[in-house]
Amino acid sequence: MIEWINVLVQGVLLGGLYALFAAGLSLIFGVMRLVNIAHGDLIILAAYLGLSTTIMFGVHPFAAALLVLPVMAIIGYVLQRGILNQTLGPDILPPLLVTFGLSVIIQNALLEGYSADPQKLSAGAIETASVNVGSLTIGILPLLTFAIAVAVIAGLQWMFYSTALGRGFRAVSDNQDIAQLMGLNKAHVFGLAMALALAVTGIAGILLGIRTSFDPSIGGGRLIFGFEAVIIGGLGNIWGTLAGGVILGVAQTIGAKIDPGWQVLAGHIAFLVVLAIRPNGLFPRVQH
Amino acid sequence: MRSPAVYRATRASRIAMVVAALGLIVLAAAPWWAGRADLRLMGEVFLYLSLACLWNLMAGYAGLVSVGQQAFVGFGGYMLFALTIFGGLPPIAAILIGGLLAALLSIPIASLIFRLKGAYFAIGTWVVAEVFRLTFAQIASLGGGSGTSLPVGIVRSLADGRSAREALSYWLALGAAIVVVSAVYLFLRSRRGLALTAIRDSEVAASGLGIDIWRTKLEVYVVTSAFTAIIGGLIFLQKLRISPDAAFSVNDWTAFVIFIVVIGGIGTLEGPIIGTLLFFLLRETLADFGTIYLMVLGVVAIVVMLKAPKGVWGLIRDRYDLELFPLSYRIKLNDPKDP
Repeated sequence: MIEWINVLVQGVLLGGLYALFAAGLSLIFGVMRLVNIAHGDLIILAAYLGLSTTIMFGVHPFAAALLVLPVMAIIGYVLQRGILNQTLGPDILPPLLVTFGLSVIIQNALLEGYSADPQKLSAGAIETASVNVGSLTIGILPLLTFAIAVAVIAGLQWMFYSTALGRGFRAVSDNQDIAQLMGLNKAHVFGLAMALALAVTGIAGILLGIRTSFDPSIGGGRLIFGFEAVIIGGLGNIWGTLAGGVILGVAQTIGAKIDPGWQVLAGHIAFLVVLAIRPNGLFPRVQH
Repeated sequence: MRSPAVYRATRASRIAMVVAALGLIVLAAAPWWAGRADLRLMGEVFLYLSLACLWNLMAGYAGLVSVGQQAFVGFGGYMLFALTIFGGLPPIAAILIGGLLAALLSIPIASLIFRLKGAYFAIGTWVVAEVFRLTFAQIASLGGGSGTSLPVGIVRSLADGRSAREALSYWLALGAAIVVVSAVYLFLRSRRGLALTAIRDSEVAASGLGIDIWRTKLEVYVVTSAFTAIIGGLIFLQKLRISPDAAFSVNDWTAFVIFIVVIGGIGTLEGPIIGTLLFFLLRETLADFGTIYLMVLGVVAIVVMLKAPKGVWGLIRDRYDLELFPLSYRIKLNDPKDP
């Protein structure tokens, strides 16, 4: 019994990481209806940037985040204004294919720069530290990841509904042309949204890099996890994304408990089951 | 009195058909004039051309942008191995049955992922492909994660001698490409193809004219899945070895195919053909650079998508009003004195 409770808890905490993968995806879809196929590769890019920073300056990965996050945000803004804004429109093909091309470019650039050898961010004692709750042992790092995920999502929620920036995001999301007439520069707003999304991606990348080893080829898998969390939770609902991540994480740890080869497959199956029963996700945004 | 006449074939399209027919005769004779390596390369070209044509039918005409076609390539490949090794079927029968099974399998898959719209549909297809990969990696009798080879006896049963087998493999690839290109062409010229073109141009208007959009898309998805699986079977008949990572590779069976179609010109029949030729030209000249070559390909695809979204063929067609496969209708004002 306690074993299964442990599996459940580990799954919930893993879900925090998936929610972080998903948060950036959810944000940019919400603001500009863009689905970024390169999202997973950008997570891995952030992990490698973290790796380079820790090696170059000899700092802890958490300190490296202070550099990686702004760099990712700048990459996001430049990417959006330089390339992705040109792809937005009624046709879904251009953004899809352009981000697909970006994905291949990032993946191979990382392969060229860092080789295919698996890497890992070393965070020292925190990696193995744990606390005992009753007879459960909970790792500090997964706990911290989950707390960060909750904080990031709460922050995004607050930003979306209580700040001028969030008002801009909601305005362009509702109607781009009217927002433009009201004096918002939508190209700039989209740039800011992508900058914010990639900053969140930066957090996800560094936490991923501390938790597991990574190599340039695993971006696609991370994109899929994030995407599954978004769909399970329900499009347009940022707290739903957290719930989606948790459900995916729990499905994966239960799968892994049954057979280690089943971990990822169990997550996909959970996703397909949700899609079959509740095509709009478990917590879709209420339509006004 | 001038009465308008509607026609489809043009002089360019008639010339193109004659040239294509002559070219096919030369290509069919390739085992007698081409070397072993060239034959293999050309076989690969034809299989990629088929994959590109099929993906183009889905994405360019039916609006089903899939990044998960590797699911069916790999499935077809694995069916070849499973049905020959465990079912004792001859390879070609196994490949065809693999296509049939893929069609059956694609119906429940479609009923799930058709619930996702646009780009989410794309990633949904990728999830399905991952489910396929992870499932086949669990099947120990097919070598699990490390894969398996086609037993020598089965390979020998194909034809006597290595060169005869290689010639057969080449003809199968050529034949598949001819079948796929003509099937797509005839389909697009048919009543259903017209419905599909209408959907591509405007879903709302098409549905207003009484076209069942869901059903039309489902038909395209099922047929494409079956053909893709057959091509997958032929690909792994050439390779003689299969593993989950090779069979369900998103780069090999989807990324390259997408680049081919985008660079050549999406939503045209000529596009995939030109794209395949350009792709192999690029690959053969840049292959020594490995990862750089893939990055160049990515950059070219992005630039084409941004600057010339209709691809190379779109540029040519707009410039010269050229159409090698007569699909559109043209109107001519007839002079009665000149019938």
